[in-house]
Amino acid sequence: MSEWWTYRPSDFLMFSARSYYRLFELYNAALWPTQPVVIALGVLLLAALAWAGGRQPAPVWPQRVGCALLAAAWLWIGIAYHAQRFASINAAASGYAAAWTLQAVVLLALALGTRGSDEPGRARMMRPDAPARWTGLGLGAYAVGLHPFLGLWVGRSIGQAEVAGLAPDPTALATLGLLLLLPRACDALQRWLRRVAWSIALAWCALSGLTLAGLGAPDTWVLPALGTVALGAAWRARG
Amino acid sequence: MLNNRNRRHLLQRLPALAALAWAGGCARTASAQSSASVLAKPIPSSGEPMPVVGLGTWITFNVGNDRVAQDASAEVIQAFFAGGGRMVDSSPMYGSSQATVGHGLARAKPAALFSAEKVWTSSSRGDGRGPAQIEQSRKLWGVPKFDLLQVHNLLDWEVHLPTLLEMKAAGRLRYVGITTSEGRRHREIEAMLRSQPIDFVQLSYNPLDREAEQRLLPLAAERRIAVIANRPFRQGDLLQSLARHKLPAWAASELGCDGWAQLVLKFIVSHPAVTCAIPATSSVAHVRQNLGAARGPMPDTALRQKIATHIAAL
Repeated sequence: MSEWWTYRPSDFLMFSARSYYRLFELYNAALWPTQPVVIALGVLLLAALAWAGGRQPAPVWPQRVGCALLAAAWLWIGIAYHAQRFASINAAASGYAAAWTLQAVVLLALALGTRGSDEPGRARMMRPDAPARWTGLGLGAYAVGLHPFLGLWVGRSIGQAEVAGLAPDPTALATLGLLLLLPRACDALQRWLRRVAWSIALAWCALSGLTLAGLGAPDTWVLPALGTVALGAAWRARG
Repeated sequence: MLNNRNRRHLLQRLPALAALAWAGGCARTASAQSSASVLAKPIPSSGEPMPVVGLGTWITFNVGNDRVAQDASAEVIQAFFAGGGRMVDSSPMYGSSQATVGHGLARAKPAALFSAEKVWTSSSRGDGRGPAQIEQSRKLWGVPKFDLLQVHNLLDWEVHLPTLLEMKAAGRLRYVGITTSEGRRHREIEAMLRSQPIDFVQLSYNPLDREAEQRLLPLAAERRIAVIANRPFRQGDLLQSLARHKLPAWAASELGCDGWAQLVLKFIVSHPAVTCAIPATSSVAHVRQNLGAARGPMPDTALRQKIATHIAAL
């Protein structure tokens, strides 16, 4: 195609909003009653992360467990949602499945490699700053507790709810939240893994925004906006 | 796809075919399944009558494995044929649309079907990708062969067009065409209309997208090439914006339109060079309304201009 500039995001969408949200409806029906279990797991994880953040030195097992759980979620969504369902209406979804599988591997590596410190001074240095912690917890709380009900505000049914851990968008947001809560990386491999994890999650926020914009969804702005908030918090924490 | 027996059967039941009623050779036809007559125009290269409203499948029929949505699409297909429609157009680019069409055709078993498909794959000479894709499409449709195959968006047309022309020469295909959309590659399309022995060209045309009127439509008429108008409603955006306005009284009184969709379609198919338009829909009510545009009076040149001016001003 020599006229790329003449295309709009919607020109690349080959499915309707109706088919897109119907996919979630069928997916949720097939998985029920997994959703309340996954939400409860998310709430427990958030509670553990909040508890750990208030302790000195802060334990890192909640972050490691979180990374492991999210690794499982990214792998599940890559296979069960993107490859097995979304691909039936979107040719690009097989590519998404590959990216989500890669992210699962990265998060698993982070789960295995994330370390805290027993030395109080060093633990303080490695701890994420307060704005990053609160932003991370806020993003996680939104992804787990509010995002599934976002559709209700814009006229979709509860059957089409997108649940963190099972649906891509809230899972990407929860991942950004968790990445903000990780102790500062002290080795090059950890830093590299985190950059990859950030890049994939942020890329999904942008892609999801473009997809919803193409579908004319009223909540198009949510993922790009929250992705930007996460990026801003991470950027600030660097300094 | 019509075999000879079915075609004879259909033609026997097209009582108004002989009554060429409108603008240079249009006929009113009836499908084998309906007494409602719709306006048809002849395919220039063969004279075969084609109802001026077809059925597109872009986006609307891409419903994946959703059985409920597949059944709803099958109802649209049934309503389309019951209302006198013939041409169904799809593409390998349209996701699961081909399988949805196949599901609908298996239910409707329409004798009047005119199957319009596309080949859309990167290919080099002799790699067999084009024929393999066409065979896959044929299986998904569940038809013995296609009536029309088009090179989609001119992708590797230098490879695909000879394949399609060979298929036509061998009797495995009835018509060959090329497609573009949204005004892209019109210069190349024009060169192909001048140089290639094609039967159909598919392009975007509606009251707001009228670039084709300048060169492509007159050239198609001159070269006796049928024109399929895609994106008649700009993928729904045009009707969505028109819905905010009241349909002018003259649209109902002079053309018998009951909504904007019919006015837009009447504008499109009344162009002398346009053979048919292929609006896509997932609604039985809308497919019936679209077919309604193929009935009743059609606008003349002055009224067509009035429609275009009115819509452009909204």
